Amino acid sequence: MAKPMDEYKWHELNVGCVIEEIGSAREYKTGDWRSQKPIWDDAKCIKCGLCWLYCPDAAIYQTDDGLYTANLDYCKGCGICAKECKPGAIKMVEEER
Amino acid sequence: MMLPNIDIYAANIVPREEFAVSGHRACQGCAEVLAIRLALKAFGRDTIMVMATGCMEIISTPLPTTCWTLPWIHVAFENAAAVASGAESALKILMEKNKIPRKDIHVVAIAGDGGTSDIGLQALSGALERGHKFTYICVDNEAYMNTGIQRSSSTPYGAMTTTSPPGKKSIGQSTQKKNMPKIAAAHNIPYVATACPSYPFDLLAKIKKAKMVDGPSYIHVLSVCPTGWRIPSNLAIRYGRLAVETGIFPLYEIEKGKYRLTYNPEPLRHVTDYLNGQGRFRHLTTKTISKIQEHVRADWEKLKYLCGVK
Amino acid sequence: MNAKKGIEVSIAASIAAKLARVEVVAAYPITPQTHIVEHLSELVANGELDATYINVESEHSAMSACCGSSATGARTFTSTSAQGLELMHEILFIASGMRLPIVMATVNRALSSPLSIWGDHSDVMAARDTGWIMLFCENGQEVVDSIIMAFKIAEDRKVLLPVMVNLDGFSLSHVIEPIEFPSQEEVDKFLPPYNPLYTLHPDKPVTMGAYAMPELYTEAKYAQEMAIVHSKEVIVKVMDEFGKRFGRYYKPVETYNTENTDMVFIALGAINENIETAIDRLKEEGKEAGLIDLRLFRPFPTKELLFALKGKKRVVVIERVMPGGATNGPLFNEISSLAHSNGMNITIENYIVGLGGRDVLPEDFRDIFDEIKATPEKRTKSKKDKNFSVIGVRE
Repeated sequence: MAKPMDEYKWHELNVGCVIEEIGSAREYKTGDWRSQKPIWDDAKCIKCGLCWLYCPDAAIYQTDDGLYTANLDYCKGCGICAKECKPGAIKMVEEER
Repeated sequence: MMLPNIDIYAANIVPREEFAVSGHRACQGCAEVLAIRLALKAFGRDTIMVMATGCMEIISTPLPTTCWTLPWIHVAFENAAAVASGAESALKILMEKNKIPRKDIHVVAIAGDGGTSDIGLQALSGALERGHKFTYICVDNEAYMNTGIQRSSSTPYGAMTTTSPPGKKSIGQSTQKKNMPKIAAAHNIPYVATACPSYPFDLLAKIKKAKMVDGPSYIHVLSVCPTGWRIPSNLAIRYGRLAVETGIFPLYEIEKGKYRLTYNPEPLRHVTDYLNGQGRFRHLTTKTISKIQEHVRADWEKLKYLCGVK
Repeated sequence: MNAKKGIEVSIAASIAAKLARVEVVAAYPITPQTHIVEHLSELVANGELDATYINVESEHSAMSACCGSSATGARTFTSTSAQGLELMHEILFIASGMRLPIVMATVNRALSSPLSIWGDHSDVMAARDTGWIMLFCENGQEVVDSIIMAFKIAEDRKVLLPVMVNLDGFSLSHVIEPIEFPSQEEVDKFLPPYNPLYTLHPDKPVTMGAYAMPELYTEAKYAQEMAIVHSKEVIVKVMDEFGKRFGRYYKPVETYNTENTDMVFIALGAINENIETAIDRLKEEGKEAGLIDLRLFRPFPTKELLFALKGKKRVVVIERVMPGGATNGPLFNEISSLAHSNGMNITIENYIVGLGGRDVLPEDFRDIFDEIKATPEKRTKSKKDKNFSVIGVRE
């Protein structure tokens, strides 16, 4: 678990500042960035997986029933999934704050 | 012997493992990080990544976190190919001496257009000439985006960047895009290809082929940049498609010097379909647009001829 | 005790790298380093050295490839001079910041412009604060021994820093000297295979070369500085172990005839032998002068130097580089600040010699000695308007 940057003492850094914890970027929730989020109409979804494929942030995942949804911890609301969905199953809606 | 053509055609059979995990700081709608995310799925786990300074390096590795789950090293801006040469040579000798188990571990060097066609050209040329077994991927967003959208030799003719701004005495970028695939092919390497994440299956297939090459391979990826090109964040995939469909960024391979078109978008759309809507081309005059159209058409005919397409 | 062999020092340097079982050499030729890399190429080509030789297309790529290779876990060696050292300059900082135990033999040569292929210290002095451990060699035997020790120092888990072994261009690199080579078995016992702390391998992926925000950069640099400062302990230990095994003891600071006098020369590199000859000749006339030979330059051997300077009244700093606008040459500035911070009452003089391969003879040191002795007060007569003298300049 990475600490906030300004809590590291000099001797707590690895030699050469090597990062051993791979994928530790997950600790940073980019979901805060968005102003709109994708909503799936499950009835229209054909489970093709293209939304998952096109997401730059790997923030879309397949649920147990084979449908897709966004991981709101990381979804930046770029809208690519909604744009690329062939049956138009995804709509971008304003994020409530 | 030519490499086998691989067909991957459905998202559902693309490997699910993520080697570029969520939490990275790429802009919303960044097609460059998407391209790398997809390419890594095709490379798989036995990969060593060597990256140059640039957007991808910065968005992925702010100490103390990293979005990569593969071994990854960044040294400087212009030497991705040189560092990759060192890594590849070390792997070879260590395996030869049985210090590490013999396994096919593929070295992948990734750099932007700046780190490839400008400051990185020398290191790339050296590495290609020496014949190291590695893949060099140029993620081309057509400017030095990381430092704030300055021009590179990959910036297309007429484009606005902060160091090629249009004005009374300038149309924007005054030179044509450097043909990096041709430069790579001039080194007589076994495999060169162009790709775009808007055509993900084509990209994945090309990566898989590159991995099989016993020597250097070069892949030039058009990386649509909503921030730098001034387009809405949800249009990155669409504009990549338009780049291909207008003939501006054709998808082809050069295998042992033989050209092959991997997607024929004819009849070509008019370049305005691509140029319209991009803030970096907003200032273009009809005259410049015709010049661009002429140039694209001429290059396209030349490419078709090389590919043996009528 | 093995038999001594008369051999060109450059060739001896490559044999030392061979004995150290280097695994990757990435180098670009430049006079006067060429013989080192040519011979290494030969050794690899005829199978005597089981390594990969990368024919990089520039020195910048040479050091970059060394970083890639060292990070992947191979014992890595390279060599360069002058313009080559400057071309790889940015990567030198990166190699030390990333804590990669690369060893480089720098054959010291003058920097352009004007272009000069001949020896002086302007190249290494321009790179002195790059975070590399730096050793200077007086003769061919030291070059061989230093290269072997360099790997042991660099790869020590408490160090993990790149090491530069410096030898003067032409005046040391191209002379034939009697050198005793340790056997491969003896070197293997002294220098075990490289066991990296981190390596690039899919079995245990790591991220190397991440960037630091202002919140972390200071701590990162502090950690690196502490590493090079404390590397001195390891360096002394390695030199001691080398002495026990091979019978040749080295110390960070060596002295010559300093017991009988309060006037000492201080210098780096091959010129020390010229000064020793001058001192011997003076002794024959009943005159006494001493010499402090600085073998370790980075980390600066403060403790040892203070000990060597104790009781000395006149110090003559000999250097082979122009100050470039500084008040004095780089070595003078370090000695001077050392003396000042420790309240030492010493008069320090600065003589610049041997630039761009200009010959320096024992007679020149004799002249300096006479000049110093003739003016017991602070400044000698030649220094009217500047703080240093350039020996032999035709004015």
